[in-house]
Amino acid sequence: MPTMVSSLEELESLRKDILSRRDHTRPIITVCAGTGCQTYGAADVYQAIVGEVKAQRLETKLEIKATGCHGFCEKGVVVVIHPEEICYVKVTAADAPELVGAAARKILVERLLYVDPVTGQKIAREPDIPFYKNQTRIVFGNNKRIDPKNIEDYVALGGYGALGKALRRMSPEQVLAEVKKADLRGRGGGGFPAGKKWEETRNAPGDIKYVIVNCDEGDPGAYMDRSLMEGNPHAVLEGLLIGAYAVGAREGFVYVRQEYPLACENLNVAIRQAHEHGFLGENILGSGFGFTVKVHRGAGAFVSGESSALMSAIEGKVGEPRMKYVHTAVSGIKGRPSNLNNVETWATVPLIIDKGADWFCSIGTEGSKGTKIFSLVGKVNNTGLVEIPMGMTLREIIYGIGGGIIKGKRFKGVQTGGPSGGILPEQCLDTPVGFDELAKLGSMMGSGGMVVMDEDTCMVDVARYFVNFLCEESCGKCIPCREGLRVLRQILTDICEGRGKPEDIDVIREIAEVMADASLCALGTTAANPVLTTLRYFGEEYEAHIRDKRCPARFCKSLTSYYIDPEKCTACLICLRNCPASAVVGDKGIVHWIDQEKCTKCGVCFEVCPDRFGAVVRISGEPVPPPPMPGTRVVRKHEG
Amino acid sequence: MTGVAALVSKVVGSRHNDKDMLIQVLLDLQSGLGWLPQEALAEVSRQLRVPVTRVYQVASYYKAFSFAPKGRHNVTVCLGTACQVRGAPRLLDRTADLLKLAPGETSPDMRFSLNTVNCLGCCALGPVMVVDGKYHSNPSTSELQNIVDSAQ
Repeated sequence: MPTMVSSLEELESLRKDILSRRDHTRPIITVCAGTGCQTYGAADVYQAIVGEVKAQRLETKLEIKATGCHGFCEKGVVVVIHPEEICYVKVTAADAPELVGAAARKILVERLLYVDPVTGQKIAREPDIPFYKNQTRIVFGNNKRIDPKNIEDYVALGGYGALGKALRRMSPEQVLAEVKKADLRGRGGGGFPAGKKWEETRNAPGDIKYVIVNCDEGDPGAYMDRSLMEGNPHAVLEGLLIGAYAVGAREGFVYVRQEYPLACENLNVAIRQAHEHGFLGENILGSGFGFTVKVHRGAGAFVSGESSALMSAIEGKVGEPRMKYVHTAVSGIKGRPSNLNNVETWATVPLIIDKGADWFCSIGTEGSKGTKIFSLVGKVNNTGLVEIPMGMTLREIIYGIGGGIIKGKRFKGVQTGGPSGGILPEQCLDTPVGFDELAKLGSMMGSGGMVVMDEDTCMVDVARYFVNFLCEESCGKCIPCREGLRVLRQILTDICEGRGKPEDIDVIREIAEVMADASLCALGTTAANPVLTTLRYFGEEYEAHIRDKRCPARFCKSLTSYYIDPEKCTACLICLRNCPASAVVGDKGIVHWIDQEKCTKCGVCFEVCPDRFGAVVRISGEPVPPPPMPGTRVVRKHEG
Repeated sequence: MTGVAALVSKVVGSRHNDKDMLIQVLLDLQSGLGWLPQEALAEVSRQLRVPVTRVYQVASYYKAFSFAPKGRHNVTVCLGTACQVRGAPRLLDRTADLLKLAPGETSPDMRFSLNTVNCLGCCALGPVMVVDGKYHSNPSTSELQNIVDSAQ
């Protein structure tokens, strides 16, 4: 039977009770069960470890736990053994016997340790791995210590303590003042001060008010909200409860993206357990304050992440935005004051209440306090979720934590802020990351996606990609966004396919200006940002496409050809066998060549040609050299 | 009562006949039936007391809903930014070639539906595809073949 907690004292005794039931000398094997590691078979690894512990009769000596996402998704399945925090990467079910045996004897499985690609040295402890070492994990850190389906894990780490403090030791005004003092800015997009928003809802007329968690994380390339909700749902609930108390709401909603089934599952378990323990329901912790929360699943619409659209979706209607002359903080769901923040913002609230605004403000920069979780993805060596203090530079993140660009290629740009953000070039890498700093460069913080692009990425194509994305996601309610995006998409497609005209650039700028001025919601007003930033920082790529019909990254299919260098071809047949269009001509010992008429430019030959040959090359902006004489034999240099 | 009407009644009941739950009701039906037949939409309108125009407006607006039956196996390729820069278009081309389907299509034998999605939130593993709820990170040509073959 779960213990009902009805006072601060009972919360403290529950925590002590949980801790006393645990054997702190016993090693805990934690298996990351976030979506990333699940892809690599985390469930099998977990089962194998459980089975192995039984088989080796170690149940009393070892504890096993499936936790939320650790963030180092690149290296999944990640297994960490506490308390030493020994980290094993790329673990498979077959490793279980050795791993369990070693854990029981407290020795290392050398071959599963992380190898630093720079020094070539093995690193045993998770905190010593550069990817983790340079992070400040105050919000995300508990993910790896908690089984998200077990509320006791959260309580054991002091969970719901901040709620207790707020409800029993502080007035709603004091809670609000603390959050305002912390200058907590929304982590979901615009960076609007959360305290200000709360205050507006609190002061708005009406007895019934709502608080909402926005877990409609639609920005492609960002997944920190997913991992937080999956890995530490109670932190989000606790933040929401504190916010509800501050603004005077008794009812809340969580809107979860349809694509996030595990987040929904773990959240529902968390809500049930919070009810069972008295953290949700009536008279929470004996304070007289009551609160309940409902979960709404999204049905797949990017624009539904916009606050007014999301609220309309919660009412069971089409998720289209509306003009916000009157803020949703004053008139939201059913015309009632509704305060909405995203997952990460809510999860930060308990920390501010627990440790105080002064502590929070000691981290970060003048205009951006605290930390921010980024999803560092794309062409970077260490991909995953990273939490850093605001003010760290892009270079420190991409090279210090991310370990630089894959295969040592040249960095070209980093996309921040999702489809409304922009792409920043190398000369911006030393910019400290913060809301205002990124905005100054024409990009934005957004929800924290950070997609790294290398020399092989075509910036015109990336702009086209985002415009196409937004074109499909525009709700169509207002004309500047709907029609503007359609025309932009057509122009950019033309440029990518070699039909660009010099005057196109002016038309793009003109449309962008109108869209920014006249669109109804932020989707439209910011939609041209990826185009404008690429024009600003990578203008020469547009010129090359338009004037020379050349794609400098050799990416755009219409402007690129594949060619086999007869000098380098060893007639190994690999490309010939893999070509899906049968466009490679040749035979054993006979130099291969590509029939340009048949070639679909899928790039398979380029990918499969072994690096040591490098015979397949991409050509753009110049004619393809003629094929070798039929039947030309390979001259093997090492043969005499 | 027909099977569809009975299912609608069960779903609507589980949502306490709450009109605000229209989207949730349709999501439940979509996952229960695999698509939203006309009969189901009419039943939802009748039982939930929501105009049929609004039911259609919602059902046609959101991408999760389908007015045509879907294949037994759902193949979804992620086209999020992170997947995009790591070769998602090529993965989609290969998958489409293998299944002989264009994105959005369902095979005549109802075995597969091929879909795209704008981000699945497993950006670190891109390019990613999901087959019947199971995630696959950057499958090679032969792995892709195996994945498809094992879905009968």
